[in-house]
Amino acid sequence: MFVINCPYCGEREQSEFKAGGEAHIVRPKQPTELSDDEWAEYLFMRKNIKGIQFERWIHTHGCRKWFNVVRDTSNDKIKAVYKMGEEPPTV
Amino acid sequence: MKKNLRVKTSNFIDETYKISFKFNGKTYYGYKGDTLASALLANDIHLVGRSFKYHRPRGIMTAGSEEPNAIVQLHNDTSRTEPNVRATEIEIYEGLEASSQNCWPSVNFDIGGINNLLSPILPAGFYYKTFMWPASFWEKYEYFIRKSAGLGKSPTKPDPDIYEHKYIHCDVLIIGAGISGIMAAKISAKNGFKTLLIDEKPYLGGSTIYQNTENFKINNQTSSSWLNKEINEIKKIKNLEIKIRTSVAAFHGYNFLLARESLTDHLPLEQRDNKTRHRLLKIRAKKVITATGSLERPLIFDNNDRPGILLSSAIEKYSNLYGVACGEENILFTNNDTAYEAAISLFQKGINVKAIIDNREEVDSKLIKETEKNNIQIYRGYTVVNTSGYKRINGISIMQLSKDGQKVIGPKKSISCDCLGISGGWTPAVHLFTQSGGKLKFRDEDQVFIPDKYPSDQISLGSCNGDFTLDEIFLSIPKKLKDFLNIKKTDYENLEIYSSFNKSKRNIWLLPSDKIIGKTKPFVDYQNDATAKDIKLALREGFRSIEHVKRYTTTGMGTDQGKLGNMHALGIISETADSKMGELGTTTFRPPYTPLTFGTIVGRNVGEYFDVFRKTPIHDWHVKNKAEFENVGQWKRAWYYRKDGENMHDAVQRESKAARDSAGILDASTLGKIDIQGTDASEFLNRVYTNAWSKLAIGKCRYGLMLNEDGMVYDDGVTTRLGENHYIMTTTTGGAASVLGKLEDYLQTEWPELDVYLTSVTDHYATVSVCGPNSKKIVSQVIPELDFSDESFPHMSFKNAKIDKIKCRVMRISFTGEHSYEINIQANYGKSVWEKCMKVGKEFNITPYGTETMHLLRAEKGFIIVGQDTDATMTPIDLQMDWIVSKKKYDFIGKRSLYRSDTIRDDRKQLVGLLTENPDEVLEEGSQIVADIKKSPVEMLGHVTSSYYSPNLKKSIALGVVRGGKNMMGQKLIIPMENKQINVTVADPVFLDKENKRLNA
Repeated sequence: MFVINCPYCGEREQSEFKAGGEAHIVRPKQPTELSDDEWAEYLFMRKNIKGIQFERWIHTHGCRKWFNVVRDTSNDKIKAVYKMGEEPPTV
Repeated sequence: MKKNLRVKTSNFIDETYKISFKFNGKTYYGYKGDTLASALLANDIHLVGRSFKYHRPRGIMTAGSEEPNAIVQLHNDTSRTEPNVRATEIEIYEGLEASSQNCWPSVNFDIGGINNLLSPILPAGFYYKTFMWPASFWEKYEYFIRKSAGLGKSPTKPDPDIYEHKYIHCDVLIIGAGISGIMAAKISAKNGFKTLLIDEKPYLGGSTIYQNTENFKINNQTSSSWLNKEINEIKKIKNLEIKIRTSVAAFHGYNFLLARESLTDHLPLEQRDNKTRHRLLKIRAKKVITATGSLERPLIFDNNDRPGILLSSAIEKYSNLYGVACGEENILFTNNDTAYEAAISLFQKGINVKAIIDNREEVDSKLIKETEKNNIQIYRGYTVVNTSGYKRINGISIMQLSKDGQKVIGPKKSISCDCLGISGGWTPAVHLFTQSGGKLKFRDEDQVFIPDKYPSDQISLGSCNGDFTLDEIFLSIPKKLKDFLNIKKTDYENLEIYSSFNKSKRNIWLLPSDKIIGKTKPFVDYQNDATAKDIKLALREGFRSIEHVKRYTTTGMGTDQGKLGNMHALGIISETADSKMGELGTTTFRPPYTPLTFGTIVGRNVGEYFDVFRKTPIHDWHVKNKAEFENVGQWKRAWYYRKDGENMHDAVQRESKAARDSAGILDASTLGKIDIQGTDASEFLNRVYTNAWSKLAIGKCRYGLMLNEDGMVYDDGVTTRLGENHYIMTTTTGGAASVLGKLEDYLQTEWPELDVYLTSVTDHYATVSVCGPNSKKIVSQVIPELDFSDESFPHMSFKNAKIDKIKCRVMRISFTGEHSYEINIQANYGKSVWEKCMKVGKEFNITPYGTETMHLLRAEKGFIIVGQDTDATMTPIDLQMDWIVSKKKYDFIGKRSLYRSDTIRDDRKQLVGLLTENPDEVLEEGSQIVADIKKSPVEMLGHVTSSYYSPNLKKSIALGVVRGGKNMMGQKLIIPMENKQINVTVADPVFLDKENKRLNA
């Protein structure tokens, strides 16, 4: 079980959080103007990287805030956490 | 004839405290401090069990948690019975009853022993190869295979013991209280770290604590007396917590560990009541020091498994720690100096050591010299080629090893003995380190895997790190601890260390024999009866990966996870396949390190505490009125109310009829309620629901359907506009938490510009729903001040009101198709409002109904239940709910997906009504729907999602999803059942009151 440093609450057990998949996939502003393929790209395609991955987490049993986590999926090491809307750090 | 094999008094055994216990029905005696194994050995009992496959007699091999053979059943047929308990770990207590496993009728005469004679036809993979065909016979084979397989018996009665879980946080966790762990604990705690030291044994000090010869000295004291002083010192340190009888089961990432603290297993049964038996410790440590020591390796030769064959270190421990001789005519067989250490210990206690067989040819050390001085004969450059004795070893044959160690030469010599100690060197106990994600490296010089890369803030110290000797330990530990704890000095520098141990070793994984391998039984995994022959067979048959060989031969798959023989398996593979050990890698060590009982794992979460459940404020009333309950998410919901010995069907029919004929009342408090406020609340609802919300007037309610971004129905419910910028949304009972989560997700991440605030108020309100033609008469008596005229209070609207000064919200909404009202009131008044409705409703035969009737009533109306009539593949169009999808709105969650090439297909599964040919025949939910039964394979068109007998329509009704069902109205389809076919007709899913007249009745 990880320890996640919630940017609002500090270090907490992983059991207080839920993962929300890959980060920085922006919902298209005008979905109706997209082709099937373009929409499918947004809807289905995820990188699922072995290594450094940017992902979303929510502190469900805490402040209920969504934020971003940079995690190395090969060893679960968390390299950085940052709030929604902030620029992703370089790691 | 009973022998007493107790030797000189040991400090660890209290000979003034005699304990009686039973083994296989016979009474024996031991002393306080004994394990079952040491007490049995003192009574000259080696034969403890039978092996798994060949049912060979097996004895005690080790003196610790790595024991593969001596596993027993405790307290057979009682509620406290436990299988697969290691005799080497269980401390004896008054009244202990243990019995052998895996044998019938008895361990001395076991019919399964015939498998030993059949072994030539029972090679590795025998079961895979033999019982594969014909496939239909498997069920017959399985019965016999299961009967003859397995170790102990699992308990059948409820467990009377208490288990609990505990979280511990510490700065430094030290696993293992041997000499390395003790040193680390002292330094850590003295430097102000909150330190936890744990060990699986009931005493501290590991193997050094009974190492009391002149050959190992620290500052001119024997290593044991030096360590004893250290232990007494650390016991006084305040910020050091010490836990014994505590076994670390798992080492996870981020220094999260699970350990089992055993609290009552060593106590007499009558002292255990109302005490916690095991405590599962969930430890989060900033730093972890692993000092788990090492395990002695056996040697692999023909018939190396007979009772009376033990590890040489175990023989030494039994004599030094427990004061027990394992035999009267002992022989040691070794490839390193360890056996000499044992020999000298035994000699000092007056135990006869007849000979030492040493693989090594030209070798000398202080230990060997001292052994020779004691007139113990040493056979240098020899190997054991065979042993004799069925239920107890009675002799060995030895031969000389060739120079390259590949062959045996010269004449064979037999020597009698009643105990053989074997030593193949030491394997660092790296199990926990690798569990944590650590990477190993192979050290060629002594053929061991040692820790290489640490995945978290941790180190390994002592022999688990490959530092086996006293001088190595004192050389490495102070320096490592200074770096690890970032401190300047330790107490352990410049100590004078004297160690006679010579590290030379002649490592031969599979010792040569004078027989061909096919005629020998050199066991590698004792518990699973895997031999070197099986491993070679697997390689011949093409298996290469160590993980495959493991599964094919079952090497390392027993309850001991092959702690003894895994290294030999690797070695034999590497030699046979001519690959390097370091490149082969090891099999994966998985938690738990030693088995955990289910009780420990579940802790207090048993019986009514198995899972949390939620009760509505009206729950007690339902209980009193004989409701049966249904689990919906975490909620307990009233399912139906049993009246005068009714069965479920009768109750549901009665409730359904009453609700339509006069009045019904339902506890709807479990529906999710989300309070939505903010200047952009209307815009927000526009984006999350498929229909339009901007024009909803204050005081009005609207049904909404929520999709996932993929266009599939996610949740539904009625939302009411309470004010200009204020709504209350209801969700399904099970979906409340995830809907809130989803809404928060969009608000926080996609539309942070919206001024909207969400609050879950599910628990804040109780909801009483009254429906039926007489509902207005009832509710208007409960709230007399309110104008209930259709003009003032039409369907799909809401009013604020008061019941006896208590504010409440009344919604006129309906999930049954009847005229109905929902009263929402502060939760703690819920029950009184319910009771009031019951009281005034009495003259109208108001009938409480449960979820089953609710489901039936809504099915009559063709209303869907998300999750029952839908799964994650149904769009609103599939549900024939096109009317709720706004064409005008530019966007909402899931809109774009509704015209993807896949979602616009005509042949998608669509929701339809189903009517049976025989109106009394009720379909089974989940039944398959087909059109042509003769087609092969039969094409499945869909399945039945909801099915009931409607007492109001007096016929069976069902909803189902059918491929292209929308265009099949009136078509005949077939529901094939086990013994019959049921003919159905596709119908409109709205079975009753299509015109919605009843809403205003």
